[in-house]
Amino acid sequence: MTTATEQFAEQLSATTLLRFATAGSVDDGKSTLVGRLLHDSKSILSDQLEAVEHASRSRGQEAPDLALLTDGLRAEREQGITIDVAYRYFATTRRRFILADTPGHVQYTRNMVTGASTAELAVVLVDARNGVVEQTRRHAALAALLRVPHVVLAVNKMDLVDYAEPVFARIAAEFTAYAGSLGVPEVTAIPISALAGDNVVEPSAHMDWYGGPTVLEHLETVPVSHDLADCPARFPVQYVIRPQSPEHPDYRGYAGQIASGVLRVGDAVTVLPSGRSSTIEGIDALGESVSVAWAPQSVTLRLADDLDVSRGDLIAPAATAPGTVRDVEATVCHVADRPLTVGQRVLLKHTTRTVKAIVSDIPSRLTLADLSQHPAPGQLVANDIGRVVVRTAEPLALDAYADSRRTGSFLLIDPADGTTLSAGMAGSAFAEKAAEAAAETADGAADDEGWDF
Amino acid sequence: MTTTVKDVEEGTDAPYALSHLDALESEAVHIFREVAGEFERPVILFSGGKDSIVMLHLALKAFTPAPVPFSLLHVDTGHNFPEVMDFRDRVVAEHGLRLHVASVQEYIDAGTLRERPDGTRNPLQTLPLTDRIRSERFDAVFGGGRRDEEKARAKERVFSLRDEFSQWDPRRQRPELWQLYNGRHAAGEHVRVFPLSNWTELDVWQYIARERIALPDIYFAHEREVFNRGGMWLTAGEWGGPGDDESVERRTVRYRTVGDMSCTGAVDSHAGTLDDVIAEIATARLTERGATRADDKLSEAAMEDRKREGYF
Repeated sequence: MTTATEQFAEQLSATTLLRFATAGSVDDGKSTLVGRLLHDSKSILSDQLEAVEHASRSRGQEAPDLALLTDGLRAEREQGITIDVAYRYFATTRRRFILADTPGHVQYTRNMVTGASTAELAVVLVDARNGVVEQTRRHAALAALLRVPHVVLAVNKMDLVDYAEPVFARIAAEFTAYAGSLGVPEVTAIPISALAGDNVVEPSAHMDWYGGPTVLEHLETVPVSHDLADCPARFPVQYVIRPQSPEHPDYRGYAGQIASGVLRVGDAVTVLPSGRSSTIEGIDALGESVSVAWAPQSVTLRLADDLDVSRGDLIAPAATAPGTVRDVEATVCHVADRPLTVGQRVLLKHTTRTVKAIVSDIPSRLTLADLSQHPAPGQLVANDIGRVVVRTAEPLALDAYADSRRTGSFLLIDPADGTTLSAGMAGSAFAEKAAEAAAETADGAADDEGWDF
Repeated sequence: MTTTVKDVEEGTDAPYALSHLDALESEAVHIFREVAGEFERPVILFSGGKDSIVMLHLALKAFTPAPVPFSLLHVDTGHNFPEVMDFRDRVVAEHGLRLHVASVQEYIDAGTLRERPDGTRNPLQTLPLTDRIRSERFDAVFGGGRRDEEKARAKERVFSLRDEFSQWDPRRQRPELWQLYNGRHAAGEHVRVFPLSNWTELDVWQYIARERIALPDIYFAHEREVFNRGGMWLTAGEWGGPGDDESVERRTVRYRTVGDMSCTGAVDSHAGTLDDVIAEIATARLTERGATRADDKLSEAAMEDRKREGYF
């Protein structure tokens, strides 16, 4: 083994992982941006490129159609559309990336929700010639609704506006103000040309007025993970490990993935929903005993007292344990083709716990473009976002989604066949300022057609 | 119990950041434990290849100090590499696991399946696999498939519902939100589970190096009698190669994937150690499947079509 190889291996292993999602409408240049990120980071290998070139030629296209890289299904290639979220992987020496590549021109809010649910960062693309349009506001609203921690505004096609700073500055200011009113904590605006390659991977020679990072630089350096560690600790119990073997006659460990926060040996904890308390006697990190562990590590906890703890319970620090509820107020994105109606019996899956529930009320349906509320819609259909109240058969230790994406989210499931009906986010939909902003920006002329995620 | 203590590094910018391998490991372990918590009869597809070896390693870590609560299932094409079969049997014995073997050869002998003219047995695996899932009433079947392998797999869910015929319908997939995997299924249906969905080939090799996981020798450079067919170096053997117009030569090669000998190609390589392999993969210009799998070249949608039929 050479020293160079050693260094190389070390460099590779020191990287962290960033999950991000892209949002953009048909002509904003999303495919070009994705293609350039993949291409310039060496993530398109020659046999993949050959396959794309071959397929493009057989369709009579002169240049390779990079969309064929991401449209993997027969139906997608036949129709030339993207019908489903695909996950892409690329890497630099500083970081690994998982990109949720969401469809650009199907009326599927659910796909954007799916992609954004696990994303730590969302890239919202805007065409510099058009500026902030209704579509941009939908993207910002969804990123805010899903509480994606970091939002990047990529003002694309700067080459078509003469790389003019005032154009960029105006769009960035308008978007940042709107996103801020929705409670988006941080927006990084970057002027780019995905086609020409300005500020995507390489800094632009045409925009020396811009002193910020390129898209890739920002993706490589934006902080991740410790957002989770700053929150109160939450540990949903997944599975009880009890070997009852001669070597481990008394071992009883509660296996799970730390949803948020930090856990230490000696911490006083409460088990919910029973409310019994104990202290953490040991933390086993996949076979290795440790004194501290944090989200999103998968570990096994041992408690000092012999309590009745099982899958679906939540272990939390005694001082910051959540309350339990049976009436869940939430915003849901309806993802199934069959509707969700008041009075419907459902299953609710929250962390590792699945309980019977009933939809007791649907107070309103949200129009994403202007954040106006349509009262008492009676039902939600595919891609609708609405407020719901769900009554559960057993108490849930539920956080507000604003406080924890992991312990504040849930699924509604059809008990008849297991279909996932809705994606739920407990608590208020946006930050409090959002309601005021909605009142200001609502123009009453929202067009529900042509949603474009 | 060992008590080494891993403390948080003080003074760094991100004391609570996880390395990408730790994040992937943690996610995969979470998936294994979800299945253990929600299903009655899970099974791990185990071929003795690197991905299934990594899956087993993760399963062992997920439930330690208790044993893995799953059995293993191997679909034996009858044309497997003997080195890999030996390795498979050693691993099974070492961990006291139960191994189910579904045999393509038995189906051919019984006349249920017919040998293909091109000699490849990969597409013939689907029936023995789905039959065994049904007869053993497996309700969750772990596969080592990774989304970076192939464009149809890039569309695959972590929890992938299959109907009573084991079919995959990409248009009827459940949206997968947060880490809330929905494993509900009707009697007769089952769920394919892919804990390595978010891993790349390089991640797998880096993890193997970090965890010092043993692999069959054929993953490392060695001299071998091979012949060229369709641009790929295949191993001569009783499965039907070389043909009259093909000549055997001795080359230094290794395998990037292991599968049926009739369609798994070796690559020219001098990578004799894990570090060499990692350096080679990091600079490779061909994907794993593009370099070594003949069956994926049958058509533009070969993998999608096989998955629709019940292949993993």
